[in-house]
Amino acid sequence: MENVKPLIVEIKNLSKSYRRGSQIIPVLEDINIEIPEGEFLALMGPSGSGKSTLLNLIAGIDKADSGLVKVGGIDIAALSEAELAGWRAGNVGFIFQFYNLIPVLTAFENVELPLLLTGLSKKERHEHVEMALRVVNLSDRMEHYPAQLSGGQQQRVAIARAIVTDPTILVADEPTGDLDRVSAKEILELMERLVRELGKTIIMVTHDARAAEKAHIIVHLEKGVLSFE
Amino acid sequence: MFILKLILKNAFRHKLRTSLTILGMTIAILAFGLLRTVVDAWYAGVAASSASRLVTRNAISLVFSLPISYKEKIQQVEGVKVVSAGSWFGGIYIDEKNFFANFAVEPKPYLELYPEIILSPEHFQAFVRDRKSAIAGRKLIDKYGWKIGDIITLKGTIFPGNWDFVLRGLYKGRDKGTDETMFLFHWDYLNETMKKTVPRRADQTGFFMIGIKYPELASEISVAIDKLFKNSLAETLTETEKAFQLGFISMTEAIVVAIQLVSFVIIIIIMAVVANTMSMTTRERIGEYALLKSMGFGGRHITCLIFGESLIITSIGCVFGIIATFPVADIFSTALSTYFPIFNIAPATIYMDIAASIVVGTVAALFPTYRSVRIRIADGLRRIG
Ligand SMILES: Nc1ncnc2c1ncn2[C@@H]1O[C@H](COP(=O)(O)OP(=O)(O)O)[C@@H](O)[C@H]1O
Ligand SMILES: [Mg+2]
Repeated sequence: MENVKPLIVEIKNLSKSYRRGSQIIPVLEDINIEIPEGEFLALMGPSGSGKSTLLNLIAGIDKADSGLVKVGGIDIAALSEAELAGWRAGNVGFIFQFYNLIPVLTAFENVELPLLLTGLSKKERHEHVEMALRVVNLSDRMEHYPAQLSGGQQQRVAIARAIVTDPTILVADEPTGDLDRVSAKEILELMERLVRELGKTIIMVTHDARAAEKAHIIVHLEKGVLSFE
Repeated sequence: MFILKLILKNAFRHKLRTSLTILGMTIAILAFGLLRTVVDAWYAGVAASSASRLVTRNAISLVFSLPISYKEKIQQVEGVKVVSAGSWFGGIYIDEKNFFANFAVEPKPYLELYPEIILSPEHFQAFVRDRKSAIAGRKLIDKYGWKIGDIITLKGTIFPGNWDFVLRGLYKGRDKGTDETMFLFHWDYLNETMKKTVPRRADQTGFFMIGIKYPELASEISVAIDKLFKNSLAETLTETEKAFQLGFISMTEAIVVAIQLVSFVIIIIIMAVVANTMSMTTRERIGEYALLKSMGFGGRHITCLIFGESLIITSIGCVFGIIATFPVADIFSTALSTYFPIFNIAPATIYMDIAASIVVGTVAALFPTYRSVRIRIADGLRRIG
């Protein structure tokens, strides 16, 4: 691999286990991976293999037992809970399987939500939101509530919400898992475009081979071990 | 603004549940307010009593009277300004159901003692001049449709016979707490009639109302008065008007305590109801709170959302409850005017309504907030699917 691009994610000797009662269940053991900036990486593997766990560790919503997790040059394992929250606000965009939109907010308001933590004025916020909705091609659905949108449209709103703060990385956990084939294709093409045209870095968990095809790098996680294709 | 909008939208996401909770809160505040008002009505006499008035009565019991000759001696006591003899007449107007307070008093000193009883100069003159006359409060006159000049006949209970009085005056209360349902007539008329019919009971009075110059000296003056009649046939007990009124109520204290208790139990019940609503609500939204946390929102924001929602529900219920209290209290006031001549919603009751709604909203939000703030993001998000 020719490492011309700077690294955005650096993981060394990462281990994570869960405790269920007195039982300790190891999920990730001694994981090492480096992801360069502007890549579209698909993380594959059977259900229960720890894909979401790894993604959560990279996104800073879970803590590792040991090892180094460096994102954008910052060792996030060393951050406090509050620092981590601030870091997420500026550096991570989330895309979920079930979109996770707030049902009482319009598409516009859902996208505006993460901007409330920035120092932007209302006018600036609105400009950002309009821009993000334009990128996902939903400018004509701004005032719609999630229930008035199809699954694919909802996921596009979620993507707009993820990119509106211009984060360092986008993490997507089974983003097409709840969509029909046509919508799934649209979403994947959109994500691919984000990488290609806007230079975003995306880490996507999926167990759909068709989805993984769109990615530039495919990584398999099985029994706590990573293998590269 | 955005957060406020979200709180409002959240509050009415589950319209039926929120409406029912608000309805419950409304009823609780209404019941709480009415019960507090009943308690206030119970203590109305105490509240209306003045620190510069003393009551002297027979030390053994209120049932026993005092010689009228005591009046002059009381008047001599240092610090005493004015004295009026007074007797509880206990007369019945047509039917026993028509209960109202009727007293024999000495018009001039008595009205000097009670500046809160407002009588026009004409009515005052007419009352003082006519020994067989009486005055009555505005509410009482309204209730029975009396007119000035009417002959009012009371059937004596303590003092036998039918007693005719000419209504010469209508008084109004100076304060909201002034009883406007009293019927007052000349002590002299009562005494002269007794002289003719039951001489043994003449020249006796139920109590003396005493106005003093310095309220601070109330206890010294009381002691001085009682000392005058120590070891006489009729020893006296002098106390402030307030203590005297409290003495009346002490017999019914258990009821008042029970009412107070019930009023607080109502608040605790509604607290449980609102807490249940908030608990259900936040459980359903745990994924959204996890989402907010993943975006970098902190415990502060989630606390704000949940407390805001809880307080909005209780505040709306509180406002409706307070609004409803006034007409309902009016109905109560009319229906119970015989028992509670004063039935006013005190400002303190409204403040307590507001305080109760804040406490209920806060307590109801505590546990759901704790749970939502502490949820691990990964766990909260997992519950979505
Ligand atoms: N909070 C948790 N407590 C206990 N076990 C957990 C928890 N989260 C995940 N696990 C377990 O860790 C393993 C990996 O889970 P996950 O990362 O969600 O897998 P995947 O996303 O690959 O399906 C599973 O066996 C799962 O049951
Ligand atoms: Mg998973």
